[in-house]
Amino acid sequence: MSEVLKGRAWVFGDDVDTDLIYHNKYLAETDPKKMPQYSFEYYPGKEKFAKEVKPGDFVVAGKNFGCGSSREHAVYCLKEAGVPVILAETCSRIYYRNAINNAYPVLFVKGLSEAIKCGRIKDGDGLSVELDTGEINDETSGAHFHGDAVSDLERDIMDAGGLIPYLKSKGRR
Amino acid sequence: MTMGKTFAEKALGRAAGREVSANEVVTVEPDFCMSHDNTGPISRTFKKIGVANVWKPERLVVILDHGVPAPSSDHAVNHKEAREFMASQGAPHFYDVTSAGGVCHQKFCEEGFALPGLIVIGSDSHTCTYGAFGTFATGIGRTEMAAAWATGKIWLKVPESIKINVTGRFKVGVTAKDFILKVMGDVRSDGADYMSVEFHGDGIEEMSVAGRMTLCNLGIEMGAKNAVCRPDGKVLDFIKGREKSPSWEPLWADADALYARAFNYDLGEIVPGVAKPHTVDNYAEIGEVAGTKIDQAFLGSCTNGRLEDLRAAAEILSGRRIAVRTIVIPASWEVYRAAMRDGTIDALLDAGCIVCNSGCGPCLGAHMGTLAPGETCVSTANRNFKGRMGNKDSFIFLASPYTVAASALAGKISDPREVL
Repeated sequence: MSEVLKGRAWVFGDDVDTDLIYHNKYLAETDPKKMPQYSFEYYPGKEKFAKEVKPGDFVVAGKNFGCGSSREHAVYCLKEAGVPVILAETCSRIYYRNAINNAYPVLFVKGLSEAIKCGRIKDGDGLSVELDTGEINDETSGAHFHGDAVSDLERDIMDAGGLIPYLKSKGRR
Repeated sequence: MTMGKTFAEKALGRAAGREVSANEVVTVEPDFCMSHDNTGPISRTFKKIGVANVWKPERLVVILDHGVPAPSSDHAVNHKEAREFMASQGAPHFYDVTSAGGVCHQKFCEEGFALPGLIVIGSDSHTCTYGAFGTFATGIGRTEMAAAWATGKIWLKVPESIKINVTGRFKVGVTAKDFILKVMGDVRSDGADYMSVEFHGDGIEEMSVAGRMTLCNLGIEMGAKNAVCRPDGKVLDFIKGREKSPSWEPLWADADALYARAFNYDLGEIVPGVAKPHTVDNYAEIGEVAGTKIDQAFLGSCTNGRLEDLRAAAEILSGRRIAVRTIVIPASWEVYRAAMRDGTIDALLDAGCIVCNSGCGPCLGAHMGTLAPGETCVSTANRNFKGRMGNKDSFIFLASPYTVAASALAGKISDPREVL
């Protein structure tokens, strides 16, 4: 029986780039715990995200989430804020690898971009998300979505707690 | 009947020591690992792994460029950590804040690390630039780099490939940047997600190595894992005497390789173009945006800070006077010196431009040319994301060196063909 996560949705569009998630002016910061205060500072309409996000809230986005830079800050700032998973239709390759390597789940959800555009999933909606099965319910709108499961290698890295613990657990490969 | 192989299948197959096909996962040993100012934080993660030494210190290439000289104490701390880490590891390839430095991707190629057939990983998204030399090069994050330093290994999914067939020659005033901006508009910013982008055809053979670097550099802006051109005589001439590894080998795709998508272009049909704010695929031909008032022009970056880019700008600005502040940053000190010797720097200074030291500069909004609210910049760099150049209420148009120079002259976005 897998755990069902419940929380509010923070909804974003397509092509949310790494500067919108975590702006380059804070790149010299290296302590992940200090990064959440800068999340989405430049995203129009989401300037209050950093202040108002609660642990358990979800980030919901359309296509190509995390495009742009390779900065891992863009993963840390959401993970450390307590966002348990990113729900996106698609996500950039480097962002995705950074997420997996930090044991941070991203669910790829078909149709999410369109659902966001036509308002079937909105800011503040209550969501329930089952990570193992990928089942997502918007309890406010009644919409249902399905996210793809991760591959075995990715699952192994996530289960170990990220790439560094994974390597340690296996010894030097 | 067996299907031919793409470049990515051949390069990753060579590294894995077996035949591979798209979507297989391989574990390979990188020939070089490139990192920049983020080397300090990577070294901290590396230390957490519990391994004392990197697997092969000569495989690390560290080039400081993102904030040089350090614009803040935080930047200086990162530099200091990088410096101390490289010394402690006995790692020879460290490019500090000196006149031997420059933007990491430019330096990496000038120094002969980007070689045909090699596997290069870099903790910077524009690592894909090295594909201009027939290198399989891809960007990764910091954690992954720390792991690669410790283990000498990285897992990679063999990507599917997109083939871009290019014929013809550019007309006057049109460059590789105009072409790739058009391609980005067509493929879209996620159209090559996870994929390898191959540039084929006589149009590429005609193009300079610098122009090919511009093409491959922007592969990531379409989501690509890597981008690549066939390593021909021009590439072999460039790398001659610079090679930092003996184990390179030119590889190229088979004629009957399988592609996920294909696009065809005739360079003769390309016109000057821009990417409008705030996405890289927001393409427009110059005619649609000409006349847009600008406050700043920027010529530089790993995308377009090379000698031919500076010369292109000087071709337009020589003997004329700019109308808005124009910041020029040669991509390396090798470029800087060549542009000093041939009079290009003087021509740009005489026109009123300022010329800063080599580095990333304002491309990522760190320093040396950040924007005020409401300002518009026309830039030769690679990203026009909202806030990229330091302020979220500013606007960035991406364009070629010719277009940037013509626009600087007029104080508004302008068609370079009218002043050439």
